[in-house]
Amino acid sequence: MKPPRNPTFLARQSYRRRRVRDSARLLPVLGMFLFLLPLLGGPQGETRTAVQLVYLFVSWFGLILAAGILARLLRYRARDGADGDANGDPT
Amino acid sequence: MIPFNILVMICLVYVAGLFIVAFVAERRASAGKVSWLRSPLVYTLSLSVYCTAWTFYGAVGYAARSGLEYMAIYTGPTIVFIGWWWALRKLVRIGRTQRITSIADLISSRYGKSNALGVIVTLMAVVGTTPYIALQLQSVTLSFAVFAREGTSGWALPDLNATALWIAAGLALFTVLFGTRNLDANERHHGVVTAIALEAIVKLVALLAVGIFVVWGVAGGVGEMLTRIAESELGETQFRAGRWVGLTFLSAAAIMTLPRMFQVLVVENADEDHLATASWAFPLYLCLMSLFVLPIAVIGLTTLPDGSNPDLFVLTIPLSQGREGLAALSFLGGFSSATSMVIVAAIALSTMVSNHIVMPLWLYFGDGKTATMSGDVRKVVLTARRLSIAGVLVLGYLYYRLTGGTEALAAIGLISFTGVAQVLPALLGGIFWRGANLRGAASGLIIGFAVWAYTLFLPSFGPGAVFSADLLANGPWGISILRPQALFGVTGMDPVVHAVFWSMVLNSAAFFGVSLFGFPSPLERLQGAQFVNVFEHSRAAHSWAHGAAEAEDLLMMAQRIIGPEEAQALFQKAAERQGKMGYLPDTTPEFLEHLERELSGSVGGATAHAMVSQIVGRSSVSVEDLMAVADETAQMLEYQQKLESQSEELSRTARQLQEANEKLTELSVQKDAFLSQISHELRTPMTSIRAFSEILMDVDGLSTEEQAKYSSIIHDEAIRLTRLLDDLLDLSVLERGQVTLNEQTGNLRDLVDRAIAATASLGEAGRMRIERDRLAENVMLHTDTDRLSQVFINLIANAYKYCDADEPVLTIRARRQTGEVVLDFVDNGSGIPKKSQTIIFEKFSRLSDQSSAGGAGLGLAICREIMANLGGSIDYLPGQGGAAFRVTLPVAEAQAA
Amino acid sequence: MGKTVLLIEDEPNIIEAIRFILLRDGWTVQTHSDGETAYDAVRDTMPDVVILDVMLPGRSGFDILREIRTTDTTAHLPVLMLTAKGQVRDRELAEQIGVNRFMTKPFSNTDVLASVRELTGG
Repeated sequence: MKPPRNPTFLARQSYRRRRVRDSARLLPVLGMFLFLLPLLGGPQGETRTAVQLVYLFVSWFGLILAAGILARLLRYRARDGADGDANGDPT
Repeated sequence: MIPFNILVMICLVYVAGLFIVAFVAERRASAGKVSWLRSPLVYTLSLSVYCTAWTFYGAVGYAARSGLEYMAIYTGPTIVFIGWWWALRKLVRIGRTQRITSIADLISSRYGKSNALGVIVTLMAVVGTTPYIALQLQSVTLSFAVFAREGTSGWALPDLNATALWIAAGLALFTVLFGTRNLDANERHHGVVTAIALEAIVKLVALLAVGIFVVWGVAGGVGEMLTRIAESELGETQFRAGRWVGLTFLSAAAIMTLPRMFQVLVVENADEDHLATASWAFPLYLCLMSLFVLPIAVIGLTTLPDGSNPDLFVLTIPLSQGREGLAALSFLGGFSSATSMVIVAAIALSTMVSNHIVMPLWLYFGDGKTATMSGDVRKVVLTARRLSIAGVLVLGYLYYRLTGGTEALAAIGLISFTGVAQVLPALLGGIFWRGANLRGAASGLIIGFAVWAYTLFLPSFGPGAVFSADLLANGPWGISILRPQALFGVTGMDPVVHAVFWSMVLNSAAFFGVSLFGFPSPLERLQGAQFVNVFEHSRAAHSWAHGAAEAEDLLMMAQRIIGPEEAQALFQKAAERQGKMGYLPDTTPEFLEHLERELSGSVGGATAHAMVSQIVGRSSVSVEDLMAVADETAQMLEYQQKLESQSEELSRTARQLQEANEKLTELSVQKDAFLSQISHELRTPMTSIRAFSEILMDVDGLSTEEQAKYSSIIHDEAIRLTRLLDDLLDLSVLERGQVTLNEQTGNLRDLVDRAIAATASLGEAGRMRIERDRLAENVMLHTDTDRLSQVFINLIANAYKYCDADEPVLTIRARRQTGEVVLDFVDNGSGIPKKSQTIIFEKFSRLSDQSSAGGAGLGLAICREIMANLGGSIDYLPGQGGAAFRVTLPVAEAQAA
Repeated sequence: MGKTVLLIEDEPNIIEAIRFILLRDGWTVQTHSDGETAYDAVRDTMPDVVILDVMLPGRSGFDILREIRTTDTTAHLPVLMLTAKGQVRDRELAEQIGVNRFMTKPFSNTDVLASVRELTGG
């Protein structure tokens, strides 16, 4: 029986901060999905290399872009972090 | 065609450039200018030691053989980095708060500072990395051979073995020079990291240049390139699902567990924020590194004659097109890749070997008294590291000689990855799961490593080398389910995937299974909580309760390990934090924990713990500590932290008050004593003066002799009175800061000479030996030299008077620091008792108050005031054997004469 | 043959001065300058009067006075104390222990002589 450590409702700003962190946690899952997708390729798993090449690099750059934006947001948030925890997230 | 000897010249110039860059970086770092050296960019670039010669040359070869599969080597790390919020962030934070020096140190610290575990991980790392170093040597010698073979002029075909030997020796030299310059408390190597960052740029530019040349120069544009890919033999890709998933996993694991990656990622990290940048910038680097791999492979396959070695396409394509400059650049890229890997790997391995194998042995044979014994521990550590670096490179070279050019070496990249990946369960389990324990970790590591050796490493030498062909085909003693490459009857799997699968499954099973049934030791549970909840409490664990440790002993030990200046600064700061003055903080658990972590930055967690234990006299954990673990719910922790910070504040204030109060009481007692003292000092000469003047006035018939004698007594006593009044006036003027300084330029050495000459007339002067370093004293000062010599005279005279050693020796040490000169006066007597150390600078605080050994006890008080007026300070320096005083003086324009 | 004075004092010049005054007045003067062994000197000499300084190396004059007063054989000896500290508290302490005369330095030679004479009933 432990009392809740965090308030049930958060101010808009902290709410956004938490969603940014959620995105950071989800990004590698998205990455895994994108990188494993080629395995589903053709009926025998056979595909055209040139197409795959373009696909993989486009996904890769997309992920890098997303990670860059999230890194900026996370650092930005951590700096003005009103609740001061870049750390102990409610989990 | 570039002559071979020109190529060698290019190499030498490049290496010289690296030395200069590393040297300049070290210089700047030691001057405190680290800002650009420690930017997120440099951090990101230093991570590129992941890309070795194996990736630089080998990726194209891999692509030529298996199409897009090579990308798995880069996608794994990409996923780990964009997912930094999960694991890397935690690793870096733990590494920083716990002062981790290597991956072996991390595992050892997490599981109760167990050195056994440290040894296991170290051995695994050495076994896994040595072949990899051999691979780097081979790739560089092969690339040399390409030029030598095609060259028409220059030297004859070089002896490949000699080339490898020279390279290994050069790398050892560089690594020893810049990797073991000092024992940085944080194990950071600015020079090396900067040089590595430069190499990262070189290899990226080289590969991009070759790629751009191939796409736009040879193929004629992106569209044409894609067409050529489609038409080539690599036009259709069949993804082998097992390999793709297995390699992605393997490379993801390797980026966290490779000793060299851990070194640059965690140990060399200067700022956690840099990781945020690296989370996208490093994947970008990897992406660019792999962008042109497939095009280069396709062009190589289609334009070069059949049978060309695809592993050298990066070199041979520019050469075949007559682009010699480009080929040379590409050669430098490969050279960079190889050297940076070897340097960082050697540093990481040598740290592990010296901290987990050499130091524990040294402590063990040191008979349990080593921590306080005389001798410089730093020298031992540095020597151990240097020898380890040489040892690692010699091992790499020998491995290259034994297996060079064979299949075994070419395949070693993935084999090495699989070996070091065995640390992964213990690592991730250790930072995410508090239930993980020492036995579990050890079982997992040993089993994983054994399975790896059995299924992958040993068979890689080929049939008949280690395992007989029969054993490989039918299993040991004909037991087919134990066939190394088809364990438990699983056939048809790729050998690498097979080994990864079984080693990780059995490793994890042992790790989790044994952990579930084990019960960790208290220290281990504390460390577990520290690691897993690193973000909730980045404060230290209570592994130290109040011990009988003498701060002075600890200071002596710390001076030997991290150096006198650093140690003194550390102790002084700790004392200040506790609200105390001087160099000796209370040995609170917090302080011991802090000290231990600082020391572990130099000698590793387990060793530091052992050394502090030797002095504090206990290595176990108290009942209170256990209670702390038991009660540690999240709720409690939060409250506790708030309370603690408040009570810490309170106890600090209380301590300051208490100290002030003690001082006041002492002062008021002293004020009374001061008055009687001053009265006594004034009245005594006055008594003689009055008595003898009365005799001279009243008594008739004194002989001339008597008259002369009595007048001279009156005269002497009058002088004594005057001197006392002078001292008192001097002191009060100095205290009010109204003194006019007569500043002039003088040499410190001359001042010390003068002071020694002035004290030579003292009674026992001949008995005391004075040791000086006249060279170090050669500093020009601009100050009131008369006042300064007054201080020196006082200190030397005190040593004459009070040093009670049979053969008194006074050592005068001078040292230059940034902007100041420090002069220590240390004698070999019994020193000043700790309780008196705080009052000796007070007026009339003659320690044995009855002795009238000359002055009135104003000497040190005057010294302190003089130094304050000169903008410097004088302090008592504990822990030096005898009485020791430190005079610090600012140097306006630093100038050695 | 005059009476004996034991002078316990550590400043050589003061010893010299007092000794000069008393010798001229016909006294036999013995001196002792160490605090620790001062009481032994009193017991061995058994002088007619003791002149005792307060600040002595090794042992305070008050302690010596206390021992003189608490030991039967020496309890009756007249003691003249000299101090350079000149604090009222010291005088009170000395009188409490049982000093016969207490004088502050610097003293007048005639006063010292008069006190010594008075203490021996001369």
